[in-house]
Amino acid sequence: MTPLLEFRNVTKIYTKGLLSRAATTALDNVSLKIEDDQPTILTVAGESGSGKTTLAMLLLGFITPTRGQILYKGKDITKLRGEEKITFRREVQAVFQDPFAVFNPFYTVDHLLTVPIDKFKLARSKSEARDKMEEALRAVGLRPEDVLGRFPHQLSGGQRQRINVARALLLKPRLLVADEPVSMVDASLRATILESLRNLNREYGISIIYITHDLTTAYHVANSIIVLYRGSVMEAGSIDRVIREPQHPYTRLLIDSIPWPDINRKWGQTEIAAREQEHGSIETGCKFTSRCPFAMERCRQAPPPLYQVAPQQVAACYLYEQQPIVERERLSEMLPA
Amino acid sequence: MTNPSPVLRVIDLQVSYYTEAGRALALDRVSLELYPGEKLGMVGESGCGKSTMALAMMRMIKPPGRIEGGKVFVGDTELTALSEAQMRRARLSLISYIPQGAMNSLNPVLRIEAQMRDAIREHQPEMSKAEIQERIYQALESVELRRNVARMYPHELSGGMKQRVCIAIGILLSPKVIIADEPTSALDVVTQRQVMETLDRVQKQLGAAVILIGHDMGLMAQFVDKVAVMYAGKFTEISSVRDMFTNPLHPYARALIESLPTLENKGVFKGIPGLAPSLIRRPPGCAFHPRCAHAMEICKTVTPALERLPGERLVACHLYDREGNLTNAALRMAG
Repeated sequence: MTPLLEFRNVTKIYTKGLLSRAATTALDNVSLKIEDDQPTILTVAGESGSGKTTLAMLLLGFITPTRGQILYKGKDITKLRGEEKITFRREVQAVFQDPFAVFNPFYTVDHLLTVPIDKFKLARSKSEARDKMEEALRAVGLRPEDVLGRFPHQLSGGQRQRINVARALLLKPRLLVADEPVSMVDASLRATILESLRNLNREYGISIIYITHDLTTAYHVANSIIVLYRGSVMEAGSIDRVIREPQHPYTRLLIDSIPWPDINRKWGQTEIAAREQEHGSIETGCKFTSRCPFAMERCRQAPPPLYQVAPQQVAACYLYEQQPIVERERLSEMLPA
Repeated sequence: MTNPSPVLRVIDLQVSYYTEAGRALALDRVSLELYPGEKLGMVGESGCGKSTMALAMMRMIKPPGRIEGGKVFVGDTELTALSEAQMRRARLSLISYIPQGAMNSLNPVLRIEAQMRDAIREHQPEMSKAEIQERIYQALESVELRRNVARMYPHELSGGMKQRVCIAIGILLSPKVIIADEPTSALDVVTQRQVMETLDRVQKQLGAAVILIGHDMGLMAQFVDKVAVMYAGKFTEISSVRDMFTNPLHPYARALIESLPTLENKGVFKGIPGLAPSLIRRPPGCAFHPRCAHAMEICKTVTPALERLPGERLVACHLYDREGNLTNAALRMAG
């Protein structure tokens, strides 16, 4: 069966100007599949500069890969035209980080919902459009009478972000890319937004790619996780395995630095090795070497392949070289739906 | 052992913003005491008044906001009685403020050392060049930055390094009270931990009191000694971090704690129903009563005072009597 979405050895390199040799590999040879018949929530995690937003931009077709292909239902998304392109645009939706920036302050919030209805001809009449809007708002836990007809500044960040989710839902997407959807929302409202995302997945069968640096919320909504560090996959697998039994030294550092709201679970068991001063230099080995407490000579020479450390967990680290190697193309087989 | 005297005393501080829609009471007669070496976390939803409180303590409220009453003492100095010029000198030397997104407040065209030098000269014009330079190096080293950072421009530093430079500026003149307003909200977890560890060490060196403002309860659990929960311009509960996380008393504090994702409660989402109230039209009585699952008749009319309960806890809720037990009315309601 053709997967809904497929990354085939995708690499994205940003270059500075025409003459400069300095190039940054934002995403390095990533392969990934989202199956059509098993709606899942996949977390892509990493710190700033890890390539997680690049991955979202590639997936939405805003930028094109330097190498490799991105396929949607088996077709290269850069080659989609006409009807197919419109379908892709409708079926792949996004919710972005800043719930304040996406609204036009001169329009009421209805505008954000009526534009997609018009563009994609979702309703034949005004009343049908109204019904659709109300249905989508209710699905994310908002009362239509509370928000329709209001201006963005009259709503809280949490309400606005839920309207964004409702807008995406309106288009009956197959895939939703949520790029840090709760990082700018009050902690007390995060739970509500994450819950509506999860309902989208369960009740409407929408697959979600949840992009975040917040492993706490990832743990709560996702089925599986990919941990990126400077464009490369460090560790991936079932979210329970990776959060509870992280194997890669980088993931261990990340998870040890989560400030759990639990006074009996202190952070900071792992020492933080100094952050490297420069980014973007050409490196041959594992990108985490300079910060890794276990770095060996061979780590500098060639990047480690993915080793299978558990049935649903892989780590790109020579510490596990006794374990079987997993081809990068088979990464998705390690991710439970 | 003698009881130390509080390093910070805030008494009945009140701030309003006068907007076209009316007067917004952002801080409603708030009092607070803090001892040397103490770390207090101040949490609450956006717009609850936590940043207003910080700005009011610094006397940095700008129109249409106005400090309408109350006193702020740092040691024996009454900040609220100082002249504007005296207050300028008190900032940074008695009380310093690391604002939200401080790292974006660095001047992009000045070297780090120039920005730090300005701060010192403003306060201690008699200091020699060599002394100033030494003080700058000390401050940078205490936040684990190398001396050569002094010669750099902000764009040469990473986000975490810039944030540490801001902490270094905040401690240049060894203040007695440091207020940090969401110092790590834009940073990833590893950098965040590094910045918080820095702040912790610096605070211990100086013996200063720290107020950490934020809404990340995880950070509070890891960093502070006491947590103050603010709602609609008032404290609802101030308790030790252990009491707050294991047995929060105020229903709002409890809802906040229960909404937190932990390792144990995977997949359980408990948001707080309803919205934070408008400060222009505050609900009468206890401001939280429209969202409170335990609201009683009295809550709708009488504003509960912040009472001292056993175990050094301060709670503003009609559910409890002065011994910290549930009142008869509360018990009747619980049935």
